[in-house]
Order: sequence, then C-alpha cells, then structure tokens
Amino acid sequence: MGSLLSSFGLNCGKEEVNEEERHIRANDRAFNLSRHYANNAIKTSKYNIFTFLPLNLFEQLQRLANAYFIFLLILQLIPQISSLSWFTTVVPLVLVLSITAAKDGTDDYNRHKSDKQVNNREVEVLIDGQLKKEKWMNVQVGDIIKLETDEFVTADLLLLSSSEPLNLVYVETAELDGETNLKVKQALTVTGEIGDSIENLAAFDGEVHCEPPNNHLDKFKGTLTLNGEVHSLDNDKILLRGCTLRNTEWCFGMVIFGGPDTKLMQNSGKTKFKRTSVDHLMNLLVLCIIGMLALLCTVLAIGNTIWETTEGSSFTVFLPSTDSSDPVLSGFLTFWSYVIILNTVVPISLYVSVEMIRLGNSFYINWDRKMYYPRKDTPAQARTTTLNEELGQIKYIFSDKTGTLTQNIMTFNRCSINGKSYGEVFDFSGQRMEITEKTEKVDFSWNPLADPKFAFHDHSLVETVKLGTPEVHAFFRLLALCHTVMPEEKKDGQLAYQAQSPDEGALVLAARNFGFVFRERTPESISVVEMGEHTTYELLAVLDFNNVRKRMSVIVRNPEGKLYLYCKGADTIIYERLHPSCTKLMEVTSEHLSEYAGEGLRTLALAYKEIDEGYFEEWRHRHYVASTAMDNREEQLDAVYEEIEKDLQLLGATAVEDKLQDGVPQTIEQLAKADIKIWVLTGDKQETAENIGYSCNLLREEMAEVFIVASNSPEEVREELRNARKKMNPRSGDEPTFIKSGILGKRSQVMQEEETDGEYAMVINGHSLAFALQKDMEMEFLRTACMCQTVICCRVTPLQKAQVVELVKKHKKVVTLAIGDGANDVSMIKAAHIGVGISGQEGMQAVLSSDFSFAQFRYLQRLLLVHGRWSYLRMCKFLRYFFYKNFTFTFVHFWYGFFCGFSAQTVYDQWFITLYNLVYTALPVLALALFDQDVNDRWSFQYPQLYSPGQLNMYFNKKVFLRILLQSCYCSLILFFIPYACVHDTVRDDGKDIADYQSFALLAQTSLLITVNIQMALDTYYWTAVNHFFLWGSMSVYFAVTFTMYSNGMFLIFTSSFPFIGTARNSLNQPNMWLTMFLSTMLCTLPVVAYRFLFIQLYPTINDKVRHKARQAKAAPPPTPRRFTRRRISTRRSGYAFSHARGYGDLVTSGRFLLRPKRTRPALFPVVDSPVTSTTPQTYRTITEEDESRSPTSE
Amino acid sequence: MAMLQRGLKTLARRPDNSAFKQQRLPAWTPSLTAHTVLPIFFCLSLVCMLLGVWLLITVQQTYQLKMDYTDTNSCSKCFDLRKNSSKAQEICHCTVSLTIPEDVMGDVFFYYGLINFHQNLRRYMTSRDIAQTLGRKRSLKSPSSYCAPFNYDENKVPIAPCGAVANSMFNDSFTVNYHLRDGSTVPVPLYRKGITWYTDKNVKFRNPKSSNETLAQIFNGTSRPLFWQKPVYELDPSDPNNNGFINDDLIVWMREAAFPNFKKLYGILNRSERPFTSGLPAGNYSIDITYNFPVQYFRGRKEVVISTVTWFGGQNHFLPIAYLVTAGLIFVTAAALTAVYLKVGKNGKNMEE
Repeated sequence: MGSLLSSFGLNCGKEEVNEEERHIRANDRAFNLSRHYANNAIKTSKYNIFTFLPLNLFEQLQRLANAYFIFLLILQLIPQISSLSWFTTVVPLVLVLSITAAKDGTDDYNRHKSDKQVNNREVEVLIDGQLKKEKWMNVQVGDIIKLETDEFVTADLLLLSSSEPLNLVYVETAELDGETNLKVKQALTVTGEIGDSIENLAAFDGEVHCEPPNNHLDKFKGTLTLNGEVHSLDNDKILLRGCTLRNTEWCFGMVIFGGPDTKLMQNSGKTKFKRTSVDHLMNLLVLCIIGMLALLCTVLAIGNTIWETTEGSSFTVFLPSTDSSDPVLSGFLTFWSYVIILNTVVPISLYVSVEMIRLGNSFYINWDRKMYYPRKDTPAQARTTTLNEELGQIKYIFSDKTGTLTQNIMTFNRCSINGKSYGEVFDFSGQRMEITEKTEKVDFSWNPLADPKFAFHDHSLVETVKLGTPEVHAFFRLLALCHTVMPEEKKDGQLAYQAQSPDEGALVLAARNFGFVFRERTPESISVVEMGEHTTYELLAVLDFNNVRKRMSVIVRNPEGKLYLYCKGADTIIYERLHPSCTKLMEVTSEHLSEYAGEGLRTLALAYKEIDEGYFEEWRHRHYVASTAMDNREEQLDAVYEEIEKDLQLLGATAVEDKLQDGVPQTIEQLAKADIKIWVLTGDKQETAENIGYSCNLLREEMAEVFIVASNSPEEVREELRNARKKMNPRSGDEPTFIKSGILGKRSQVMQEEETDGEYAMVINGHSLAFALQKDMEMEFLRTACMCQTVICCRVTPLQKAQVVELVKKHKKVVTLAIGDGANDVSMIKAAHIGVGISGQEGMQAVLSSDFSFAQFRYLQRLLLVHGRWSYLRMCKFLRYFFYKNFTFTFVHFWYGFFCGFSAQTVYDQWFITLYNLVYTALPVLALALFDQDVNDRWSFQYPQLYSPGQLNMYFNKKVFLRILLQSCYCSLILFFIPYACVHDTVRDDGKDIADYQSFALLAQTSLLITVNIQMALDTYYWTAVNHFFLWGSMSVYFAVTFTMYSNGMFLIFTSSFPFIGTARNSLNQPNMWLTMFLSTMLCTLPVVAYRFLFIQLYPTINDKVRHKARQAKAAPPPTPRRFTRRRISTRRSGYAFSHARGYGDLVTSGRFLLRPKRTRPALFPVVDSPVTSTTPQTYRTITEEDESRSPTSE
Repeated sequence: MAMLQRGLKTLARRPDNSAFKQQRLPAWTPSLTAHTVLPIFFCLSLVCMLLGVWLLITVQQTYQLKMDYTDTNSCSKCFDLRKNSSKAQEICHCTVSLTIPEDVMGDVFFYYGLINFHQNLRRYMTSRDIAQTLGRKRSLKSPSSYCAPFNYDENKVPIAPCGAVANSMFNDSFTVNYHLRDGSTVPVPLYRKGITWYTDKNVKFRNPKSSNETLAQIFNGTSRPLFWQKPVYELDPSDPNNNGFINDDLIVWMREAAFPNFKKLYGILNRSERPFTSGLPAGNYSIDITYNFPVQYFRGRKEVVISTVTWFGGQNHFLPIAYLVTAGLIFVTAAALTAVYLKVGKNGKNMEE
C-alpha cells in the first residue's frame, strides 16, 4: 500500500511521522517489515506520468505571478467586468505554464533516471543464510549486507565485522563532507568476532534500538542487544550512505536506515534558496506597480462614476444601462475592468523572460573556453542559474586560502648554504631568468631514490653536492634528520613520505633528491641513505616544535659516535641562538632571507652544533625530570630545550614556495582595481597567512599600514581595532553611522562606508577574531575591517567563516561572494550571496553547495569582470526596457479613458494586446539581454573600474525606475495625443472615414511599436546579426500578422474574433497616418537621444569613457594587460611561515605509530592544515585523538 | 595516434570555440557621438520644417465649412419637438442657409457631424453582431447576446440589425439647394453611394444570401430596430441594391468613431451637371433637413460639414503646425547640443579618466 501510494506521489511520509525510536531485529524481515520502515529505494523525483500535470499545475499556480493571472482570468469571465477577451490572458498564461512545465518535466525525468540508476545498483545481501546479489532498492532495514573495497555504502549500516584487524574499516566521506582523507570506523568487539562466517552472520539476532532518522552526520545514539547484553552504539560504528569503502577487503553491516531515512538523504534538498538583489528590488517594484495600478484604476473608476452621473445617464437612450444603473456600482465594475486592461504593467512574461535571460547568461559561463581548465578537463559551471546579475555587483570577496589561492603544494625553491644562494637560473649574460615550465630541470637520474616529480632548476647546487662540500652535506643531512615525517615503502618499492605539514614534506623531499634519502625511522633511530651509503643515526631526542618556540631540533648520534643537535626554525629565533662566530654568515644569509621573503617564499633558518657527550647525559637527565613533572611541564620542558639550543652554527636557510595557483596575484590586483574588497579567511596560522598575503598581492608594501590584531583579551582587541580605525580616519566617530534603508524599517541597520586616507590592511588572528565576533564588538570589528582594502583572518573555524560573511551581509548593503574548495568552506559558501567552489580539487562538497564552480581562482576575474558585469548590464537594460515598453503601452489606455467615458475601452486591437509582449516585442529584448556588450572582454579587463557601477547598483534602482516611469508617461502622452490630434477631425484622401476607432487603434499601436523598437535600437550597444534579425523581424512579423489578421479570409473564417477587417489596408495607405507615426516616434525618441548625448558630453561615466577609448582604438586592438612582475621589497620582513602543528615529536619517539600493521594506505595524516581537522568529529587515527586533546588548534 | 586520441579524450569537456558560445559574434557597435547625433538632429530639423511647410501649403488649399444646425433658425422648433420622446414619430423639417464666399473647386464632400456622441463606449461598441451584418442566416434570426437589450423586441422577434450601434443610427437627411443670383434654386446633386470603405461594403457587410427571395422576404421574421422609422430593407427607396445590411449610410454609421466628436460622410457632390462641374460655385445655399435625430438627451450638437480634400486628407491644421513646432524644437536642441559639444566635448577632456 505504501509503495502504491508513493508511486502516485502521494507519499507524505506518514510512516515516519511519529517514529520516536527505531527498533530493528537483525535477520528478521517479518518483524522489521511490520514496523513499516522505509526500504532502501530512494525517490528524489516529484512526479510520475499521471501526477505530473495536476501536481505541476498546482505547484505553479501557487506562485504569486501565476495566481495573479488566474485572478485576472476569473475577472475576465465576469461579463459585466470583462473588458478584454479571455484569450488575452489565456494565451500568455498557457505559454508560460507550459514552458515552466516543460522545464520541470525534463528535470524530473533526469531525476527519475538517476534514481533508477542508484536504485538498481547491486549489493550482496544475506538472505536465508546465503549471500545473494540484490538491487539496492530491495534492501530492507535489518538486512545484513556485505561490502567490498571501493564499493559505495548502500544504506546507513551498523558495522558488524571487517577484514581488518581490530574490526576497523576505512571509509572515504567525500560525498558527505568533501574530505578525501580516510576515516576509520570500528565495529564492536562482540560483533567483530563473527568475522565473515556466513552461518554465524545468519544466526546473528541482535536487536537495535536507536534514534529515529535525522540529519546529524556526526551523531548517532543507540544500543545493540545481543544475547541479553546491551552494548551502546555511537557514530563510530555506523557507516553512512554516501561513503566509499577503502582499503578494506570486506565488511558486514546491518541496515539501520534505508533510502529516504539515511542521513545523506535527510541532508539533501534543503539548500537555501538564494535570490538576487535585483529580485528583491523587482518584487518591491512589482508591489509599487500594483499600488500604482490600483491608483490608476481608482482614478478611472472615480472618473467613470462622475461621467456616468453627468453624461452617461443622459446617454441611456442610445445605450440603456443594464443592471449597473447606479454610477457608483458602475464605477466599481469599471475599476475591475481597468485592472484587466492595465494589468500589462505587471506583465507575466517579465518573470519568464528574466529566467530565460539568466539561463542564457549561465550557459555563457559554462561555454567559456577561457574559464576551462584543460589540465583537469574542467569547464566552469554555473550551478545556480538565477544569480547571474549579482555577479556584477560583488563588493566583498571572502576567500579561503589553501586550495583556493594556493595549490596546497609546497616546493623547495631556493636555499642559502654557507652564504651562497642557490635556486635561481641565470642566462649566459648573467641575467636572471624567469623560471617557467620550459626551463630545463636538474637531472636527478644519478640518484636512484630521487622522486621524479621533484623539480629544481639550479644546476650548481647539484654540482656542489657532488663535490662533497661539507657544509652542503650538513645542510641536507639536517633536512633529512630533523623532522617528524613518516616514510612509507609502497609495494612497488616506491618511497613515499607522510608529512604532517607540507613544508616539512617538501624539505625532506628536497634532501632526498639531493642524495640524502630519509629511509626509515624507529623510535630510536633514523636510517638515511647519504649519497648512496646507508647510514643509521641514533635518535636521542626530539625537541619538538610549537608555536612559541618556532623551531624544532633533534639530537642524534652519528655512526662515528658523535652527538649533533640539528635545529631548524624561524630566522629570528635561530639568530638569537647562534654562536658569535657566525656573525658574518648571518649577515649574508639575512640578505638572502629577506630576498626570499620578498618573493613570498616561506623561509626557515637551519643551524647545528656538536654536543659534548657528558653535557648531553646531564641534560638528558634534566629533560627526563622535566618531561615527567606533574605541573608546569610545558614551561619546564621549554626551559630545558632553551638550555641546549644555543651557540648554534648557522648552516643556511631554506625557502619553500607555497605554490600559488596560476595568476592569483594578477587576479587580486585586478579585483582590487575593481574596488572589490578581499577578505581571506583561512585556517592557517598568522605567519602563513601573512606570507601568502604578501605573495599574492593582497598585502602590498605600498600600503600605508598593515594592522595586526593579535590579542588575548576582549579589551585589548577592542583597543587595537579602535586604534587602527583612528589611524585610518582620525575623524571617525565613536559610534557608527547608519543609513536607514528598506521598507518600513524591516531591513536591519546598514552601516555607512567610511573614508580612509590611504590603503590599509588588517590581519587578525583566531583568538582576536573570536572576541571581535562577539555581539558587543562586532560593529567595531566590522567598521575597522571594512575600511581596510584587505582583511586576513587566521585560524578561522568554518563556523566563524560563516559568521564573518553573515556579519558583513547583515550590516552592509553589499553583495558578497565566498570562494573556497573544501568542506570547511561550505558554511561560508552557503552564507554568502554567491558561493563559488573550486572544482577539480579534493572533495566535492564545496562545489556541490556552490552556485558557480571552476577549476582555478584566476577565473574569478573573468567571472566577475566579464560575465558578471555583462549579466548585470544586460539584466538592468532588460528590466529598464521592459518596464518602459509596458508602461508606455499601458498608459495610453489611461489617457484614452478620458475620451471614452472611462468605459474601459482599450486603445488597441485585442490581438495586439495579446501578442505585444509575447511576439512583437519579446525577441528583440531577449536578444539585447543575451548579446549586449558595452565593451568587449579585453576592455573589461583593461578597465576593471567598469565594474564599480554594478557595486553601486547604478543601472537599475528606484531612481532609475522612477525615471522610466516619467519617460513612459511622456511617451504615452505623445503616443496618444499626437495621433488623437492628427486624426480626430480629418478624413482620408477620398473623403472617407479615418477617424474611426479601428483606424485609430491601428495608428496608435503601430506608432507604439515603432517607438519602442527605436528605443530598443538606442539601448543596443552591440548589434549582432541576431539583434538585427530579431528587431527587423519583429517589425515585419507585426505587419505580416496585422495584415493577415485584418484580411478577408481570417474575417470570414473567424468572424467575431477579427472584426478589424480591412483596417490596415484602408488606413495604412494614407500618408497622413505615416506622417503621424513619424512625428510621434520622433517626439518620443529624440529627447532620449539628446539627453544621453548631453550626459555623455557633460558627465561621461567610466563606461562612456572606455567606449570612447575603444572607438578611438578601433583599428588597433587594446594593449594586452601588462605583465605582472614580482616586486622586490627592500624592507626586511621575516618569511618564516612554517605551517606545523605541535604534538608529533612525542609520537615519533613513542613509537606508537609503528605498531600498526604495515599496509599501504594513503593519507596517514590528514593533510588539511586547517582547524576542520580538529573540529570534525569523525574519528581519524589514534594519532588525531592525541592531537585533539593537546593541539592548540582545537579552540 | 594513441596520443591524439588521449588528447581528445582529456579535453572532452572543453567548450566549443564558436563565436556564439564565446560571445565574440561580429557586431556593429554604434554610439552616440557628435558626428552622428548632431547631423541627425539638424537633418531632422530640416526635414520637419520642409514637411511642415509643405503640409501647411497643402492644408491651406482645402476648404472646410462647418454649420451647427442643432437649434439654429427654423431648426429650433424641431429641436424642441425632439425633446419630447412621445412625439418621436412626428416628422419635422427645417432649413438652414449658408453662404460660400468663393468657388470651392474640386470634389466636395458633405458630412454630418456629431458632438459629444460617445460611439466609443465599451458597451456601445460591443453591442452589435458582426455575424448578423455579414449575412449569416443563423445570426439573423438569433442575434448575439452582445446586442442586448436590442437583440429582441418586446414580442421576442429578433431585431435586424441588432445592437445599440445600429439602433442609434443617425437618421437626419439633407437636401442641399443652390440659390442662383436670379432667385431660382438649383438642387445640389449628391452621390449618396460609394461613401464607405471598399472592404466594408464588399466584405464586412452582406445581405443574407438567397437566390430568389426579395430582401423583404429574407428579412421576414425580423423586426426593425426600435428607433428606426423604416425597416432595414427599405432604407434607400431609390436603389433597391442599397438596402439591407449593405446600405451605405448604415455601413458608415457602423464604423464607430474613436472620439466623441466626429463627422461622417453623407454624400459627395455629383459634378456631372452644371453649374457644379468644377465644384461648388460661390453663393447662397440652403439645406433642407429632415430633423429626426435627437441630441438634447446627451447635450450633443449636430452639424453639417462641407469640405474638400487633398492627398493629405481633410482640413486638419494640427500636423503641419506640429511639424513646424517640432522642427523648431529640434533645431534649438541641436544648437544647444552643438554648443555643449564645442565647449565641452570636442577637446575630449571629459573623456579622460
């Protein structure tokens, strides 16, 4: 019954409604079926063949616009009111409904297809003691199913047993949360014992009591009753649908939630519906228009009442009043009659056209080759097709860092060894060469263990290594020894490193390629292949890294028995601890360091020293005491470390490049020129974020100041923010100024923009941000931050990302865009007006929740400066023109009312009214809204300032609307009174009648059509063949249709529908008519031309200026945007930005890692260096538990 | 080859490089520059002025005389008589006299004009049955409900032609006399046919078809409109072919006027006889009016209009004057724009960023 119901689309989920607790018995279908839980079939489609029409119609009629037209239709069916034939409303309505229905139908068909595909996937199910292949949709709650590696999890399962030790399984949750690193789930020991014994599984009769279906991905509560014992179940034991099984041969699970009840399905389909600001404005305007309509109709109704009282009553001889003899009643009916006639001010086709235009402009985004990333075969994609014009209005961009600005690849780029800098390439004349993909790479084939993907371009370093220079060897030895990287031998003998921080990985990899191959580690030793020789160092101590120390050291004993301390860390920190003998080297190295920092590289200084055996033993004892101390252990340890890390010998420095995505600095420069403010919200540390800020041009040396807000108490943060603000604008008041906006104060306060004296930037760290986002301080934060050109927030949690976006959205009347690539960006992508996902990276979650997606950050400039700008321009032009043509069309009726006794007589032929919006004027404006360009894309890039009118909402706002209203008033006056004056007392050239109603209607409608088409021509900047075709075509179609409808044949066949027989032939052959049309169109359009010309001359907009330039340069193409050259910076700035969390040193020495079975598994450590690592409640490896409890990142 | 295939495959989702998809369609990009706008304005100004002058000259050549006879002279008694609807059937004649100061050359058209008669009311306009006047037999016997209350008379007999429009047909008739200097009177001959649109007479209005029945037989079983004195098949006693729905006066009336003040063609001067071969000679004229149509109910006026036409139609001074005024306005605008351009725009200073 249930399935029957659901197949008719009437399944209202009644089974689930009252479910309070789920009770399932394994292997007992009869029992489980009796409880009517949903099976595993999913149904995302809405209709089937029979329900499509009624349901879809019902849905569509719920929309306000459609309901409005149904209301009009009903009005038209009342004979006393009907002023227009039914077809004037029915034809457009049917057209609109069928277009929408066709779209909905195709969508639903696709959903049906994908449902069918998913439902028909097969899985092995234990039925009657045997494993049988079964389709997914037939899987029932309580079934036990077997999954194998790389299979999708069928439903939400209780994990029973697995092939892995300790009943672990590894799953990838990319489809759920976008993270590709594996997560581990562990079965209960009691169930794990069953293993893969089919008999035992078939005999398994556990009963599960658990929570009803819900959408919390990270929570599960329930119990398993087995043999009278109750075991508690939590999220660790549940495999969720949407995950993929990895690295696990097989596992068995019992279905807890099926199909629609699964957490994946419970989470889907609840995306917030975004609307653009133009939408909001349009809704507001439509309300205004309806008010205006009511006003017009009231005026006319009152006019009618008066007329009926004074004139109409005396005209009853010729026109006996029917039942509406009362003038007031007549006025009331007239009101509704005029509602019908004047309804064209809110045209139904507006909404359809807007949707079509947005769809068209979305297709351009999908089609753009310049936003296609060939390396990953990823085109840009407009996932939401209703937000295009908003792309042209962005004022704030919130960007993630890792994976968005950067590639999340660290490369060993430069190094300074013993005062000599390596890594740059010079040509024969000694000129520094730009390193590109074509630059010749150093050949590492002499080293069998080298990683082929490693690229380095400076040959001299390899030569030096081969020569055996001791400092160089020491340098790479340090890199090979001083780290916490885990090696991993793959099956095929390949060596792979699992590094907790990508920086460290890059350094160890560099050492490996230069002949110092880190091979293996045990808690007590490190094996290295040094220039082909196997060497084992005894690992005596790891002086771990943390954020305060900003350095790490290892103490090792080399095969010769000598003790060495190797240390790497922030240059400033290391320099304080160097032996005075290195002063000279320090100076040289400093120069190199500052050069590297200037290039945006992340630097570390390296140093070592030899340790005296006796001293070390003594130190070791103190170290032991400190590390076992009950209180102040941290401080004590730090003090002990401090003691030994001194008088170091400087070796050199490394520079690692956090590889930016291509074109990021240029893009950011362009966006900054377009007056877009960019905020980077990153999970990274402050140093890293700052460093990236410089390297990608967000922070610039020429900025007046970069404020750093890094305080630990709310008061200090407030003080710092206030100081920063005062510095930017000393006149800035204490209280923010608000602009009242919105209707009836519904909108919250909107903060005013404040002026600054120069360009500023702000960097705020995680602690401070947490304070700054508190209720009492958020306004202060917002004020200060919004005055800065760039804001970088560090250590931001996903929740805070959304908070920041919401804060700006709430108090600033601006359009925001969030761009990111990972699951941690989802919240902000959803919060912002427009979310952009970087596709082709790890995970899909960001893309799935985004509105637009593409593969590279640099495409953002094209998306905004070209597509966004054009879309906004087109949409505004469309709306302006659309309102213009409909107002003009409608107001003529209003004027005519004064001449026809307010009797709701239309000016035009009814067919003209029906076809005006649908046929005669639909296509040219559509062509305008799909093809128009003010200047082409190259000029758009050349002048990013062209973007700012969109941000200021200049092309379509209430003021513009009012202007259109006035223009339409003027035009309608001309279009009514000129024909009136010309016609009312004249005759044809043969003395016959031409002042009749039908000729006048034809004259008025033809003048109107010519006028609006000329207006269209004036609005069109970019005349493609299609524009010409549609414009001239529409005019021709008008005349063709008119002559056809007014022909003898049409009249004789449909007598009562086409009473205008012969009108066109009889009046359009009169020069009088054409002269009238010429005059009225001229009077309508010339003022527009004059006005526009005058404004271009007197107050040219940036747009006019660029068009002027483009015109002058028509012959010569615009210069290509100048190449971006990386600035060298003179001021000294530390390039230290090691993205390393603390806590691994202990693990390395404790050896806990090494107990795990040796298997090849990717992603041993989560590579993500963002707080999501610690906030995601999924269980990782044991190591993360350690991390969670101690890492400072878990805030 | 394999490389090529793989290359193709890896770029499988690359968008087409078509001008349309890449938004690079060749296009004409006009803009409002001084070189286009100013000449256009001056040209249009000139064109408008020439047109205005030409039209004015043309319109000056037409002659038009309007004569309100609602309650003038002898017609005032008829006017009073028509106030009383009970005496509607009483026939009333009156005469108005007029003087044409100089010869009116060419075709002369006689119109009757009505002031403040709303033929353009919505309910009035729809109160007719197009199918009936097209000669559809079914509609003849069962007129459309749009005609109500003029679709059936009190005896439930269908009315032909039905509806308010036909019912209110203008039914004054005129006889124009020319008073020669010698005191004798010559009737001015008028064509009373050929005054309708060709399409109306031949397509839109037709009598019900019948091979051997007379019109009276065809219209048997229908009743004349309430206000009419004669049935529709006896409208023109002089010409049996000008009766029924194809009567010229009926057709002219049925073409509803767009505005409450209108004139409709009554007749055209027949120039076959002297002294009217070249038009209306100067002199005194009188018009004998059969005064039937009541206008006092709606405070209307009736008039006779005598007019000649040109290629441009009747005498309407609006268009020539409007063209002349427009020409002036455009010229002033053009001059102002030129001044602004020369002062501000020409050096392109504003165009710099």
